[in-house]
Amino acid sequence: MILLTRKAEFSAAHFYWNEKWTDEENHRVFGKCANRNGHGHNYTLEVTVAGEVDPVSGFVVDLKQLKDILEREVISVYDHRHLNLEVPEFAKMLPTTENIAVAIWQRLEGKIPNAKLHRVRVYELPDLLADYYGER
Amino acid sequence: MKAYLSRRYHLSASHRLHTDAYDVEKNRAVFGKCNNPHGHGHNYTVQVTVSGQVDPETGMVCNLADLDAFAAENLINRFDHQNLNTLDCFRESVSTTENLTIEVYRIFKRFTAAYLERVHIEETSNNSFDYAGGPDQGLV
Repeated sequence: MILLTRKAEFSAAHFYWNEKWTDEENHRVFGKCANRNGHGHNYTLEVTVAGEVDPVSGFVVDLKQLKDILEREVISVYDHRHLNLEVPEFAKMLPTTENIAVAIWQRLEGKIPNAKLHRVRVYELPDLLADYYGER
Repeated sequence: MKAYLSRRYHLSASHRLHTDAYDVEKNRAVFGKCNNPHGHGHNYTVQVTVSGQVDPETGMVCNLADLDAFAAENLINRFDHQNLNTLDCFRESVSTTENLTIEVYRIFKRFTAAYLERVHIEETSNNSFDYAGGPDQGLV
């Protein structure tokens, strides 16, 4: 089995706010991320798939095809958007790095031909990243 | 949903690889230029990975502010701009990055808001070390 990783980037706005909490509680827990005007990041997405090398093509997956799937399923929906306001899964779920990794997994699962999704890694900053392996 | 959160911290410190168990010649032979009696230094990058269920209320494995505060107090304050050889934890062991990684793992095991998976330390852009616990959990 071979693991193959493809990177993609998107830039988006977000903020953290839990409607069940008071203003004070939101500011205490989320700090400057609770600014309701939003702020933004350049995110880097790394999608790792696992599969066997096709004996004819020498590929696990066709990279161009994987790039197109990431573009269609994730980048076209997230890039230059406000995650809280414009991306459906974040209407009821905070767009934290952890939840973005889970949401991207759910968008991609079952959509990559001939390979199994292994890991979704999302960098919010070069020094902050979340990994999701499909675990419940 | 179980997710993994990794945070990278930066610290600069000096050290010298040397052990009293070897004579001068053997120290030089084993540790090479790292045995320079005056020491030398590195910009270390410490990557800490924790895991846990994503809290449905916060969307987080743990609050990053808590992890950062813990790291500021227990990692940065303790190691940044220090000579590692002068610290208690290296009184009995050589200040290699292997030993530093185990020590940092032991420190972050005390962070209780999430499960510590792994500590990864880059000593230079070419050398890095990982410790994910073991039978002794880094507790010597």
